[in-house]
Amino acid sequence: MRFLFKTDYEDDIKLFPHSGYVWSYGTLMVLLVIAPYVLSSYLVSQLVFVCIYATVGVALLILTGFTGQASLGHAAFLAIGAYTAAYLQQFNVPFPVYFLAAGLLTGVIGAIVGFPALRLQGIYLVIATISFALIVEEILARWESVTHGNEGMRIKTIQLFGTQVPRDSPGFYFLCLAVLVLTIVGSLNLLRSPTGRAFIAIRDSETAARSMGINVALYKVKSFAISATITGFAGVLFAHKLSFISPEMFTLQLSIEFIIVILIGGAFSLHGAVLGAIFIVMIDPFLTYLKDDVPGMIGNLAAALGAGSERAAHIQDSAAAFASANGLKGAIYGVIIVLFVLFEPLGLYGRWLKIKLFFQLFPLYKRATFKRQKIYVKSERNR
Amino acid sequence: MLDFVQQLVSGIALGCVYGLIALGFVLVYKATEVVNFAQGDLMMLGGFFAFTFIGILGLNYWIGFAAAVLAMAAFGVLAERLVVRPILGYPQFSIIMATIGLGYFLRSVAGMIWGTDDLKIETPFSDGVLRLGSLVLAYDKLSVIAATIILCAAFYLFFNKTALGTAMRASSENMLAAYYMGIPVKRVVSIVWAISAAVATCAGVLLAPITFIHSNVGLVLGLKAFPAAVLGGFGSIPGAVVGGVLIGVIESMAGFYLPEGWKDVAPYVVLLLVLLLRPEGLFGLPMRKKV
Repeated sequence: MRFLFKTDYEDDIKLFPHSGYVWSYGTLMVLLVIAPYVLSSYLVSQLVFVCIYATVGVALLILTGFTGQASLGHAAFLAIGAYTAAYLQQFNVPFPVYFLAAGLLTGVIGAIVGFPALRLQGIYLVIATISFALIVEEILARWESVTHGNEGMRIKTIQLFGTQVPRDSPGFYFLCLAVLVLTIVGSLNLLRSPTGRAFIAIRDSETAARSMGINVALYKVKSFAISATITGFAGVLFAHKLSFISPEMFTLQLSIEFIIVILIGGAFSLHGAVLGAIFIVMIDPFLTYLKDDVPGMIGNLAAALGAGSERAAHIQDSAAAFASANGLKGAIYGVIIVLFVLFEPLGLYGRWLKIKLFFQLFPLYKRATFKRQKIYVKSERNR
Repeated sequence: MLDFVQQLVSGIALGCVYGLIALGFVLVYKATEVVNFAQGDLMMLGGFFAFTFIGILGLNYWIGFAAAVLAMAAFGVLAERLVVRPILGYPQFSIIMATIGLGYFLRSVAGMIWGTDDLKIETPFSDGVLRLGSLVLAYDKLSVIAATIILCAAFYLFFNKTALGTAMRASSENMLAAYYMGIPVKRVVSIVWAISAAVATCAGVLLAPITFIHSNVGLVLGLKAFPAAVLGGFGSIPGAVVGGVLIGVIESMAGFYLPEGWKDVAPYVVLLLVLLLRPEGLFGLPMRKKV
């Protein structure tokens, strides 16, 4: 086990605490850079979605994980970013300009949403953000002169420095990857700055933060604005990737998916956003794979266990019917959420930390290290 | 004028359904400080249970209704045991996520079992109308209003007059202190979930003739019940019903008098205004801060 000997504050806030970090992240970057040239185009396309979801995940982590303000309305911020891009594109605005404009507009709207949120906590904030998202969805469907209503809008290919960047080219992948990496580095810097420390203080105890001289209202609005801005940037990329947007893409379902990203990844570290994004994007192809292959396997298994060929075929058919039933995906989503909340509240990144610590401390690891504390004396009404 | 009264009555009937779902939110919130995002889906499941008993097994309406309520109460206890009890005492956000997951699961499974078509339950209230002069009131809407008033009064008395109700209020204020006072907190929480699932079933069955039963009805109506609960003040039983009725009337008036599109948005605009101006709602206690 490595012991880091820190002698001053600079040591404590280093982005790369020791050389191991440089090596592992360097290797990861190299792999990600060569990925579009070795992987199939389908997998590269999935990687683009991972980048976009992870960017939104980082945005949501800043707000929910580090400032403690839950939001179930991030699909609306994504929609505002996407629609701003689509609208400005009609007037031949260049990509860098509308990319920044989308982020800026979403950030301003995020700050406006942040103001009513100042007086709200916990469940009230969740309900308020859901309402905001539902209102935005309805506006997108009704404001036809700008958004073309339910007909949706087409998005043209990105024009960057005089060249086309089609949505399935390696160039687009690198663009999304660059946005993600810049977002992560920016957020890491933000979180080790006084602003980030103030966010964390507000999450842990608002009253204590206020008594330490933190302007809670200002920092909450800042957190909302920053989170919304990043989501707006992701929205532009999302619109370009899909090449067509309509209001029914930005429903409550999508907001819940974003929350699932940080819940499954782990809401206490930026690693969680990336791991959660990989999970949520890859679950679809995985389920398709299961749907195609598992019934055959079950049929073979039944045959191997001595069922007659007719009976084995029958079992295989009923398994296939079950696997292709409508809504199986939703049921699996639901079970996954519940299982993670019950058994792995720290998410995938928490599981990784536990495994790492197990080997570092072997044979002295004890499970109680990561035990959550129960608080029975809580009445959030009186908080 | 007649249009106005007609809209008012249908708004009140719709609002009573919101109120009944909100009542479920409030019951669970009052007793455990947990907000059950799956409340609408419990309602949907209750409706499907009643459909199975009445429509498929051919039981008498009232017997089928009672059977569905009992079955759902048992289901509420089961859901509490499996999902809520292990995370009791953890941050609210975990429990919100767990109930969202539960809702997802129930919606999908109900869709797989009962299909995605709209189902209808034959009730004694279907089709009949009450005529008051030129005013026409459908029995199915009146039955919802009557049931809401009865349930609301019963729960108000239950929480304020009985020992069990007092125990529930105590365990919501401070679970640990309630436990020290000899209140079986875990059992209280189970009972609350049973009751709220039963109330949800009542809402689902009464609603069946008006909006039909399908697997997404819980999500749609559950989201409308939030404004109702917040407007009335989360944690107040009469508040839930009054808030529900107000939201129902506002929605129905907005659909009639305002341009298209306002009908769906109006409840949420009201919700945001309430949260902005008076977060504790109409009947809620003002929030205090303690360190």
